Amino acid sequence: MFASLAGVLFDGFAFGMLLFLLSVGLSVTLGMMNFVNLAHCSFAMIGGYATVSLANRYGWPFLATLPAAFVAAGGVAIALERTLFRRLYRASDLDQCLLTIGMVFISIAAYAFFYGTVVQSTPMPSYLKGSVQLFGMSFAAYRLFLIAMGLVVAATLVFALETTRFGAQVRAAVDNQRMARGLGIDVDRAFMITFALGGGLAGLGGALAIEIVGLDHAFALNYLVYVLIVVAVGGLGSIGGSFAAAVVLGVSDMAGKYYFPWLGAFVIYLVMVALLMWRPVGLFGKR
Amino acid sequence: MEKGRAEVSYFRAQARWRPLELAFWAATLLPFVVTPSYLSLASQIAITALFALSLDLLLGYAGIVSLGHAAYFGFGAYSAGLLSKHYLGEPLTGLVVGAAAAGILGYVTSHVIVRFRHLALIMLTLGLGLLLAEAANSASALTGGADGLQGVKMSPLLGFKFDLYGRTAYAYSLAVLFCVFLVARRIIHSPFGLALRGIRENATRMPAIGAPVLAHLRKVYTIAAAMAGAAGALLTQTTSTVSLEVLSFGRSADVLVILILGGAGRLYGGIVGAIIYMVARDQFSGLNPQYWYFWIGLLLVAVVMFLPNGILGGLSALRKKPQ
Amino acid sequence: MLSARNLNKRFGSLVVAQDLSLELPPGVRYALIGPNGAGKTTLINLLTGMLAPDSGRIFLGGDEITGLKPEARVRQGLARTFQINTVFPQLTPLESVAIAVLERERHAHNWWRGLPAFAPAIDEAQAILERLRLAGVADRPTRELAYGQQRLLEIALALATRPRVLLLDEPAAGVPKDESAELFSVIAGLARELTILFIEHDMNVVFRFASRIIVMVGGRILLEGTPEEVRSDDRVREVYLGRAHARAA
Repeated sequence: MFASLAGVLFDGFAFGMLLFLLSVGLSVTLGMMNFVNLAHCSFAMIGGYATVSLANRYGWPFLATLPAAFVAAGGVAIALERTLFRRLYRASDLDQCLLTIGMVFISIAAYAFFYGTVVQSTPMPSYLKGSVQLFGMSFAAYRLFLIAMGLVVAATLVFALETTRFGAQVRAAVDNQRMARGLGIDVDRAFMITFALGGGLAGLGGALAIEIVGLDHAFALNYLVYVLIVVAVGGLGSIGGSFAAAVVLGVSDMAGKYYFPWLGAFVIYLVMVALLMWRPVGLFGKR
Repeated sequence: MEKGRAEVSYFRAQARWRPLELAFWAATLLPFVVTPSYLSLASQIAITALFALSLDLLLGYAGIVSLGHAAYFGFGAYSAGLLSKHYLGEPLTGLVVGAAAAGILGYVTSHVIVRFRHLALIMLTLGLGLLLAEAANSASALTGGADGLQGVKMSPLLGFKFDLYGRTAYAYSLAVLFCVFLVARRIIHSPFGLALRGIRENATRMPAIGAPVLAHLRKVYTIAAAMAGAAGALLTQTTSTVSLEVLSFGRSADVLVILILGGAGRLYGGIVGAIIYMVARDQFSGLNPQYWYFWIGLLLVAVVMFLPNGILGGLSALRKKPQ
Repeated sequence: MLSARNLNKRFGSLVVAQDLSLELPPGVRYALIGPNGAGKTTLINLLTGMLAPDSGRIFLGGDEITGLKPEARVRQGLARTFQINTVFPQLTPLESVAIAVLERERHAHNWWRGLPAFAPAIDEAQAILERLRLAGVADRPTRELAYGQQRLLEIALALATRPRVLLLDEPAAGVPKDESAELFSVIAGLARELTILFIEHDMNVVFRFASRIIVMVGGRILLEGTPEEVRSDDRVREVYLGRAHARAA
């Protein structure tokens, strides 16, 4: 029983790291511009398919594809931000919603066209296969790697946001966009960079997700709900909040699947609705 | 006094039936003679139009964005289906039960939903929709789960059997659509409808002129839920089955697309959108659903960027321009 | 008519209203003045229920309204306007004012009868628009109206609730000076028994149209008195002149 509990906690924590990578960008960009981007997980798909293509077709080693996934998703994020999203900052949330749902549909169809509808996988290097013995228990090596990635990214983000000039600009813009503009901060530029970073991190998450949950054309829609829950629970613009929410969600999702498999995703949705009703700005949100 | 009368006539002119409207409703009878082999498609269109009309009341008139409106459609569909499976197959009773069940669900959930706006509202409606879909999936003993609800048997409607060609089905769906449309039209041109438009325009200003915003929104939400439930019940009754799809996110997204395409905040927006959407989907039925959604996605992007008031809005802008 | 006792409100450590008490008798025209950030709009928000006070009580015509929602206070006869235009851009002035009249007459819940059946309410809406010189634009979308006309529509909306007390938050904000005098003459021409409190920065307008003046500074009421009393009060001079000196320096 104890071993299985520890196993659930470990797997859940690893899954939580994945959710954190997928959602942290959305949380910050939503906080900055109030732009409702339901296509955030499409960026994750870009990263995922970049990794699949590079690893399977061109034989790149898995680790080398990860930066490529980040760059590919971040690049597409910049391109879309400049051409489409930028024009809708002041539009109603309905218009933002519709535009980004449209993009989700397009991305799903595009991936189904190019890659088919089968679940994709990619070969893992030997040192990420198998398991590692620690404290008399065995842990899957890949999940340890995932946890390490999540922690490194979270620490880097918090450090960058707290200490760099750009981080201060982002924090000011999330806090009060009008005030930040008044102080001469180029909020649009800060947003573009943040948006690219967020898209890139989602792409990295998408690449890392292949081994855990698989990757198919419906990823953009299936994981949207998880990402939205993390953002809603964690609060807009809060990295710590996203981290905590992702861990809680990852662990409870794993526990639900392990202990109450017949309930499916019901528990997750119930938790989401209840939390939203209780605190619509999120557990750690300020607004 | 004279001037006051003139102002009343402003509202009277707004509510007047226009010749084009009468022609439109007359044209809805054409499928019986012109395309008798497409009557089941025609009844699908009427049902979808009814569903879109109910969303129009919420979104177009009261300004409530919903990504989970299928919850009420599906709840009505399952209620009507379970009633006919276990108790009685009389269609009109089933219709009323489906609408009432969805209306009650709408009333209960409205207490939560109308308090939110923006992102929280979008996520809450999305969450409630998913919650209900997941519940129906889990409660497979009741709903049949992924296999759908089997054994829905419909008695004749006022003596007319539901025939293979869909004559009864279309006449029934069209009659219900028309009746509900009359109700919606009346709501739009009533004091309540005017207050709803005020809420859509500026919800924070309304309390300062004495309007109980939340009470108004709860009411319209309940009405719209009941209408969606009626549409769901119609679908159950005309197809004699209920599948999980009635509660899916896809259905919520479709109806939103249909309404936006036709033009939200216009009585005929949802109906025109439903006709175009359903006919196009029928024409491209050979197309893999995934690729169908590619075009829908492209259409959404195009409508948001270039046609913010939908097809009807675009048409009326064209008509005004020459002046 | 309207009275407040010991209203307090703070946001965290920021005190925005401290022990505010006031008593507005029927039919008096009050001006509420004070430097920016003195808490004038906050006071109106507290009185109308847009903000809940931390402590204190509010009475309207002898009835306590402290716990009532904003719309319920409006129905009791307490109306307000806003500093920035918050009208209904796509509706016409006639439609906007009709909503307020219909709400007051408790018809706005009615969804089964067409608007033409409510002729008296619509006539009244039109009469209000005529009184505020807006009849000519009554059926144009509000967003097409001139700015000054939108300011007048703000007042028309408040009047349509048939208030006993009217709180005007900078009714002439953003209006050119000559139009602002015209706007205030419209306000001055409103029914004599109506109690009015208006926030205004232009001292000429204040001394011309107010019969009594309340001065607020830093979330407190500094002074309440006639224009003469306020004009000759040293503390008021200090607040305004002191500010002027500070600006000049």
